[in-house]
Amino acid sequence: MSTTEHSEHSEHSEYIDVETGKMGMWLFLFTELFLFGGLFIVYAVMRARYGEAFHHAALELNAFIGATNTVVLLVSSMTVAMSLTAIQKSQKNLAIGLIFVTLLLAIVFMINKYFEYGHKFELHLYPGSDVMRNLPHGEIMFFGLYFLMTGLHLFHVVVGGILLTIVMLRVKSGKINKEHFLLHENGALYWHLVDLIWIFLFPLLYLIT
Amino acid sequence: MEDHHDNHVTSYAQNFKVLFVLLLLTISTIFVVKLDLGPLTVAMALFLASVKTTIVLTYFMHLKGEKLILRLMVGGVFLLFAIIVIITFIDYYFRII
Repeated sequence: MSTTEHSEHSEHSEYIDVETGKMGMWLFLFTELFLFGGLFIVYAVMRARYGEAFHHAALELNAFIGATNTVVLLVSSMTVAMSLTAIQKSQKNLAIGLIFVTLLLAIVFMINKYFEYGHKFELHLYPGSDVMRNLPHGEIMFFGLYFLMTGLHLFHVVVGGILLTIVMLRVKSGKINKEHFLLHENGALYWHLVDLIWIFLFPLLYLIT
Repeated sequence: MEDHHDNHVTSYAQNFKVLFVLLLLTISTIFVVKLDLGPLTVAMALFLASVKTTIVLTYFMHLKGEKLILRLMVGGVFLLFAIIVIITFIDYYFRII
């Protein structure tokens, strides 16, 4: 069901179809699910084929950093969900604060990945390296998938962070408020997707030792 | 007034409770994997991840308060993905080379 908005304080009348806007966002999320889903299928088949190598290669991964990142993203999902509660209760400053905390947690995630990847690079473990080339084929597959999937996920974390920053600025300016918060809602949905992907990445990559 | 969604707004307390459950499930996943139940380990880990996903979808992503059509679409997409996985593995396991 859609409603027409006529806001007196803007130059033109705004027509915001919230239901359609939200459904459009969900349709986009479905495409993201299949983007990562496709990679998960590759992982599944490769793992079925190179079980031992995957198990061995996964030992190189730091499960502690992986678990920490899982917790970080779960908490950030809560804070962004809470920011939506806040905006709907017209608690503007709380909403801004909660989005800010979400962004801080996103940065913590990125810093963790910096150390994690950094350690790998120190060991000359990256796609195409001489060390990598000499590994058994199954292990090359594992690391290729590891870097591709976590790298693509990290890209989504950055994009999500940019999106939420825009949302935060619009809450601050009042463009997002109790009556109009579709962008806020959609931004939060994107962030939850980022969390969901990691919920699956973590056990499949880090916990198969 | 926009019909943004259902009548009620998720409370802060509810958000905390959801996080608590998610963290519990995360810890459980780590413990289950440490137990090492052989081939069942992966299945358990994936099952727990699916439970967490359902909780995030239902509460954080607010599917609980959304229209049925949206819930059907989300369910349908996951079903479609499951079918693709199954078909892929049917293909893989029946390959001769």
